[in-house]
Amino acid sequence: MTSDRLRLLLPMMSLAVLLGAVFYLQPRAMSYFGLNLLFNLAIPVALATIAQMMIIMVNDIDLSVGTFVSFCACVTATFVHDTPLLGYAILATAILAYAALGALIQLRGLPAIVVTLGMSFVWGGLAVLILPSPGGASPEWLKTLMGLKTPLIPIAVIAPLVIALVVHLLIKRSWVGVILQGVGGNERAMERAGWSVVRLRAAAYGLAGLFGVLAGMCLVGLTTAADANIALRYTLLSIAGVILGGGEFVGGRISPFGAVIGALTLTLAASFLSFLRLSPDWQIGAQGAILILVLAVRLLFLRKEAAA
Amino acid sequence: MDDTEIGPGADPAPVVTLEQVHMSFGPVHALQAASLMISPGVCIGLVGHNGAGKSTLANVINGRLAQTQGQVQYRGEDPVQRNSQNAHNAGVRSVFQELSLCPNLTVLENLRIPYRTMPRRSWRRVARQKMQDALDLVFPGHSIRPRATVGDLTIAERQMVEIAIAFADRDREPSLVILDEPTSSLDAAIAQQLLDHIKRFCSAGGAVLFISHMMGEIFEVSTRIVVMKDGKIVEDQAAQAFTRSSIVDAMGHVAPEADTADNGLSRREFGPEIVRAANGLNARAGEIVGLAGLAGHGQAEALARLFFDHAPKWKPAREPEVVFVAGDRARDGVMPLWSILRNLSLTTLPEFSPRVMVDRGREANLVQSWKEKIGIRTENLLNPILSLSGGNQQKVLFARALASTAPVVVMDDPMRGVDVGTKKDVYQMIRDEAAHGRCFLWYSTETDEILECDRVFVFRAGQIAAELTGDEITEESILHASFEMQEAAE
Repeated sequence: MTSDRLRLLLPMMSLAVLLGAVFYLQPRAMSYFGLNLLFNLAIPVALATIAQMMIIMVNDIDLSVGTFVSFCACVTATFVHDTPLLGYAILATAILAYAALGALIQLRGLPAIVVTLGMSFVWGGLAVLILPSPGGASPEWLKTLMGLKTPLIPIAVIAPLVIALVVHLLIKRSWVGVILQGVGGNERAMERAGWSVVRLRAAAYGLAGLFGVLAGMCLVGLTTAADANIALRYTLLSIAGVILGGGEFVGGRISPFGAVIGALTLTLAASFLSFLRLSPDWQIGAQGAILILVLAVRLLFLRKEAAA
Repeated sequence: MDDTEIGPGADPAPVVTLEQVHMSFGPVHALQAASLMISPGVCIGLVGHNGAGKSTLANVINGRLAQTQGQVQYRGEDPVQRNSQNAHNAGVRSVFQELSLCPNLTVLENLRIPYRTMPRRSWRRVARQKMQDALDLVFPGHSIRPRATVGDLTIAERQMVEIAIAFADRDREPSLVILDEPTSSLDAAIAQQLLDHIKRFCSAGGAVLFISHMMGEIFEVSTRIVVMKDGKIVEDQAAQAFTRSSIVDAMGHVAPEADTADNGLSRREFGPEIVRAANGLNARAGEIVGLAGLAGHGQAEALARLFFDHAPKWKPAREPEVVFVAGDRARDGVMPLWSILRNLSLTTLPEFSPRVMVDRGREANLVQSWKEKIGIRTENLLNPILSLSGGNQQKVLFARALASTAPVVVMDDPMRGVDVGTKKDVYQMIRDEAAHGRCFLWYSTETDEILECDRVFVFRAGQIAAELTGDEITEESILHASFEMQEAAE
């Protein structure tokens, strides 16, 4: 319990420091409207990070999150908008495909990093086929949902917290989540206890697919149009978010709240750099530097903890 | 068979019965014609040397391995196809040396994993209560909170949790608990609590299969003792029928081969001491020093520490002080994609590359000469290393080390999976090299290899338990030193 809290402390502190810096640079951001703008794109990033977290939970890594979210956005902006039934069927099939990939990876003992890298080209290709040039339109209900005016605190802040809470209950509190985490913790012990690791891995991948679909839909709700390359950056953002939020690449150590906070921090880092009036040419590099800094601090924390 | 010690009120039907069970992994017969009956109320102490088949027997009983021949019968209603399911239904549980907990989960969540039919509503409360009860039952006065994350616990506490889960009240009562070296990481007081619980559990009608190398513990809890040797059950009698030395006698004694006696043990003059480690390990030039004891008692670690202490950190040394011969070839021996030639010349590469480029001619000459010297059976040295048999791969690794000028050769159980013919060749080569002043540190789990050594350190629990020289090096004295013999204390 203590080590879990410590893991959560650092991402919260880095978010607070970054938020403080943004408010210092631009006091007007400290408002309902300002916060909404700052965290506007955080909802899809948070959902994609949760998707990545499901994969990292079972000791794998998913390099296709970005193209998969792009693909889902393209489907949402075209099929779901024009022929809803067919659109939802495509999205459901995509989730099943993800689950099947998980089963395949377990059954054949394939490295997930290779399989998902290959799949990233498949999703990317499908996205281009569906939407060769930027366009499409958001389904009306999604646009309304994403533009919802919640009282006092903007939806861009509430929604990620709600997402984190729901996933926390699912993964950290329910028995299903405990079993899924067990796969990352000690796969052989799970096998010995009689659980089907194939099914469990398929379930984890299926959940990742579900959150990937949700990320794509929210993205379209926000941007009201789609593009085959709309979310390519999400692959690395999501991995960084999970790790920033106190997760580990192996061992099934993950934290839904941490992952969402990690995603918020990364979104905020981009805004912070814009407020600094840093040229866009340098922004990606600077974002990377912030990431390295935070992870280095975390390493120091963990070393101290291990020494104590 | 002796099963007269059935506890009061126990169901007399045996929990598990093995009849003439064979278990083979390819050509290796890990278990031969093992017959065993485990009745309720009995605690069986299972002893044997490394590789005697103890773990295989335990794994057949708990259903993780399917026997290749023979019958395994469990108590209980309709048997199904899979042994593991039958074992589970019969209430067979096991605790193994490698921890089978999930370190990322809490203690109570770890109970959920083997307890597959736990009620789903408010399962956390149920799990916490059952975990607390089990820990209180086995280790009264413990300080483990069920909500602690396992990764934050000490090794001993993890072992306690694992044992408590095995004894916990789950969907069915435990009828047979298999404990494989359960006290290895527990201190004496906690170990005593476990032994007391085993006695209580057995007198209430449970059965325990207790695998340990601690003779004191075996004698304290066992009602019956089973001794295994070379995959066979050689003794199976009531505990009273044994003494410590009769157990050691039953475990050991591979008859020494006649030709080894005169060869290796002839007295020679040794040079100055060239190796000395903090734990007392030392060796002189021209000496063959053996590291003996049960597997996993710190021999490999001692060798690795010695090697890394003498190996250069950044810059490869032109003349290394220590070279290493790996036993686990796949893990730290061969480069699987390289040719035989490249594999062999790896250590000596700096010698052939006076500047930057490798002198291919000199490399090929050296490899060719070693091929003849050591007898690597191949037509073309450019063939991939994996085209060779295991024994010949090992010869390449020996040649790699011996081709260097290093005065010290460290060998980590190098004869694993090597055929007898190759072994004989290599023994001879080691003796020749030692006669030329090289010093060998040789960890082996096989007694006939240890008998080749001039001096032997016996390891137990990471420490040197005994140092044997000359005529003291016998299988019996090694066994005595590897197993805890605390006769004086009692």
